[in-house]
Amino acid sequence: MKQLVIDFAKCNAGRDCAHECEMECAVRVFKVDDPAQAALQIKAYEEGGGHAILCDQCGDCVVVCPTEALKRNKLGVVMIDKKLCVGCYMCIGFCEKEAFMRNSDWITPHKCTSCGICVKVCPHGALSIVEVPEPAPRII
Amino acid sequence: MSQLVFDPSKVMPIDYTQRTEYLDGLEAFKAGRKVLKEIAYTPSLPDKGYNNRTLYVNVDTLEITEKPVTQQMKDVFIGGRGFGLYHLWNAVKPTTRWNDPENEIIISPGPVCGMTQYAGTGKSLVVSLSPQTDIPIDSNVGGFFGPLLKFSGFDALELQGKADRDVILFIDGVKGIIRVEEAPAGPVDSHVLGELLTHLYAENEADLPNISVVSSGAAAAHSLIGMLNFSFYDLRRGCVRFKQAGRGGIGTVFRNKHIRALVVRGPKVAGDLNHPADPETIAKTGVKYHKEIREQDPHQCMMRRNGTAHIVEIMNAYDLLPVHNFQFGSHPDTHKIDSSYWQQRCTQATVDGCWYGCSMACAKGADGVVLKTGPYQGHMVTVDGPEYENAAGLGSNCGVFDPDALLELNFYCDTYGICTITYGTLTAFVMECYQRGILNLERTGGLDLTWGNAAADLEMMHQMARGEGFGKIAGLGVKKMKEHFIRNAWGDPQLINDIGMENKGLEYSQYMSKESLAQQGGYALTNKGPQHDEAWLIFMDMVNKQLPTFEAKAEALYYFPLFRTWFGLNGFCKLPWNDVVPADNSSQPEPQKVPEHVQNYVDLFTATTGIQITKEDLIMQSARVYNFQRVFNIRMGKGLRLHDAAPYRSLGPVTREEYESRAERYDKQLLDELNIDPAGKSTEEKMALHRTWRTGRFSKLMDSVYTRRGWTLDGVPTLARLQELGLDAFPEVVAVVKQFI
Repeated sequence: MKQLVIDFAKCNAGRDCAHECEMECAVRVFKVDDPAQAALQIKAYEEGGGHAILCDQCGDCVVVCPTEALKRNKLGVVMIDKKLCVGCYMCIGFCEKEAFMRNSDWITPHKCTSCGICVKVCPHGALSIVEVPEPAPRII
Repeated sequence: MSQLVFDPSKVMPIDYTQRTEYLDGLEAFKAGRKVLKEIAYTPSLPDKGYNNRTLYVNVDTLEITEKPVTQQMKDVFIGGRGFGLYHLWNAVKPTTRWNDPENEIIISPGPVCGMTQYAGTGKSLVVSLSPQTDIPIDSNVGGFFGPLLKFSGFDALELQGKADRDVILFIDGVKGIIRVEEAPAGPVDSHVLGELLTHLYAENEADLPNISVVSSGAAAAHSLIGMLNFSFYDLRRGCVRFKQAGRGGIGTVFRNKHIRALVVRGPKVAGDLNHPADPETIAKTGVKYHKEIREQDPHQCMMRRNGTAHIVEIMNAYDLLPVHNFQFGSHPDTHKIDSSYWQQRCTQATVDGCWYGCSMACAKGADGVVLKTGPYQGHMVTVDGPEYENAAGLGSNCGVFDPDALLELNFYCDTYGICTITYGTLTAFVMECYQRGILNLERTGGLDLTWGNAAADLEMMHQMARGEGFGKIAGLGVKKMKEHFIRNAWGDPQLINDIGMENKGLEYSQYMSKESLAQQGGYALTNKGPQHDEAWLIFMDMVNKQLPTFEAKAEALYYFPLFRTWFGLNGFCKLPWNDVVPADNSSQPEPQKVPEHVQNYVDLFTATTGIQITKEDLIMQSARVYNFQRVFNIRMGKGLRLHDAAPYRSLGPVTREEYESRAERYDKQLLDELNIDPAGKSTEEKMALHRTWRTGRFSKLMDSVYTRRGWTLDGVPTLARLQELGLDAFPEVVAVVKQFI
């Protein structure tokens, strides 16, 4: 399956860039001029280093979704069908990586779909889309 | 006791999509319907949780009308059980009984019902005059009917009258059609009828989740213990499943009215159909709670794995599991029916909420069950649960420790439309009567009802469904069986009354209250009868020791019945309140109340309705309805102190073997509590001392609880209490009370 990964050997957690990845995702994927709504979030630690909040397509949300609004596509990426979603937010609450997000203006939640738009704009080449095996569904 | 660890590798490999199909007769059934009345109406969605109208349907005269929801109704009764009681009060007279045409069945979802972001928000409340108690019964039920009724435009559905042939009421909340149809001959039992009607009224496959069916079953028509099944479509399994409005015989009223089914077709559900005042607070509260379930449930109750059956082993360990008609509190075979087994037998790789957004997901299902008896012998079915009440009631309380038999009993109770709790307790009573010679083979018509004889137990249930034999007598319930046995001089009346576990005509649910004074009150000092949803204090009292003093027990019997009433006013499920708790709950003040969750409820109500309330207001909202219901009971001829009396089995040891099974505990109590040295006394002498002490302290508890509730010592709400609650605005309510004070 396609998975977005970040290399913190190259990414300085936004200290020497303009968070282009977040802005590109917000503007081009979600059509909002607000990087806080992007499906990946780069966070810097005060003590140095940082971490990224992004979806690794683990599929836990697919297991808990009551309406089958969440399914893997042909590339193994977990996609949301907004027509089926009832806005219960179990996907948000059960995401251990806290990668499922919510915007106050939208009733349906959203997350990274490994589209790769952010990869192209990273000035450090820290982001990439990789092919990894699809994990077996867990009992959650 | 040690925490059970879930091992996914032990879950039985059962294909949960496989079961017997029941759609062969679909076209014939469709063609066989006859429209008796059809009207058009304008569907609507709620605004801040309310549609501000209810639907009235008379199944005899075929009158279909809308009624406005007044501001007074919302202020005083809130919704759900409150609306049910309000409509029922207006529909009946003091002389009305369950099978009179003016008796109603009211289904009301409550203002919060239909929210999708928080666990346990799909509940509706069913209210009717009970065939078992002759007073109002209320039942809190899941499934999709309540939310879809609300999203079709109605805050309640009133059903009145009695049809002369079977009818189906269909509410199409998309097209704006309400139709009463004559039902053709065909299935009555819920697992067949629900499947058939869901497919019949759905416009296509995608529409299946937008259909919900309310139905009962064959045994409801031949007994007084009928229940209602509320369906929801299980997408993963590809079948219809049910939650039950079980207690008090509402299914019997339903079938007596010749209602075969209610069907609602609602709009496609979305997260904002309630049009709440503050969706952001609801979203944040919901996400916080889902996260709490994810993090805490695996270390606490494991509701997602076991459902409510997780407490079978806990109750057994604390000697509180009902065994052999509440005689004993544990059994060496309990491990065969505890959650270590059910978490392997129930399907785990699916979603088991009974409404969207229920992350607690306790509605477990056992798939691939092949039935061994009855009209569906050989069929492969999915069985709900079993929940704790079913495992304890149909299982340990009757000495049935064969899990396959338990599943079959559970299945037939559900599809025949009878309450598992009631059936369990009445069968336990019957089996003890058989043990003690009050019943024998001749009197049961050949049923060998010895403890644990599941074959005879199942045959009794099939008889109940056919309206035959001893099964028909058993279907009258414990109260009427007691009268029948005493009238026929089949045994010592005192013994029969002592061991028949009913109060107000309703059978006890499955907790052993003998050693918990608080739970004795929690059962007997209730409005509808001994059902634990009003005051489940046994764990607090016996296990967590949070109610050490007499005053603490009385206070708990004031607060918790009111707090729990509130769930039923709004369309909430009780379980998410305290079947998982925040990680820091034990360090909070009054942890037994789960303060963070109470605040969640306050926030969710306010965020839905736009009405600012506090946790104190929440209790006042409940107190209005609770006291109204008490006065309603008095109006119907019950609701006084004498009606709160408890069978002695619920208070203490009735028999020598019960005493001796806990002799050490009981002897110590004589010494510690009564300052009497038990040495040298016979068991009978010691039992008599216990009886005097235990009935005395129960009476003292009644005094304290009544006083705390603002009632007279005869159990009547005082005029001052009615004024405090604003119920003096209803002259009829005041008039009922004035007769007694």
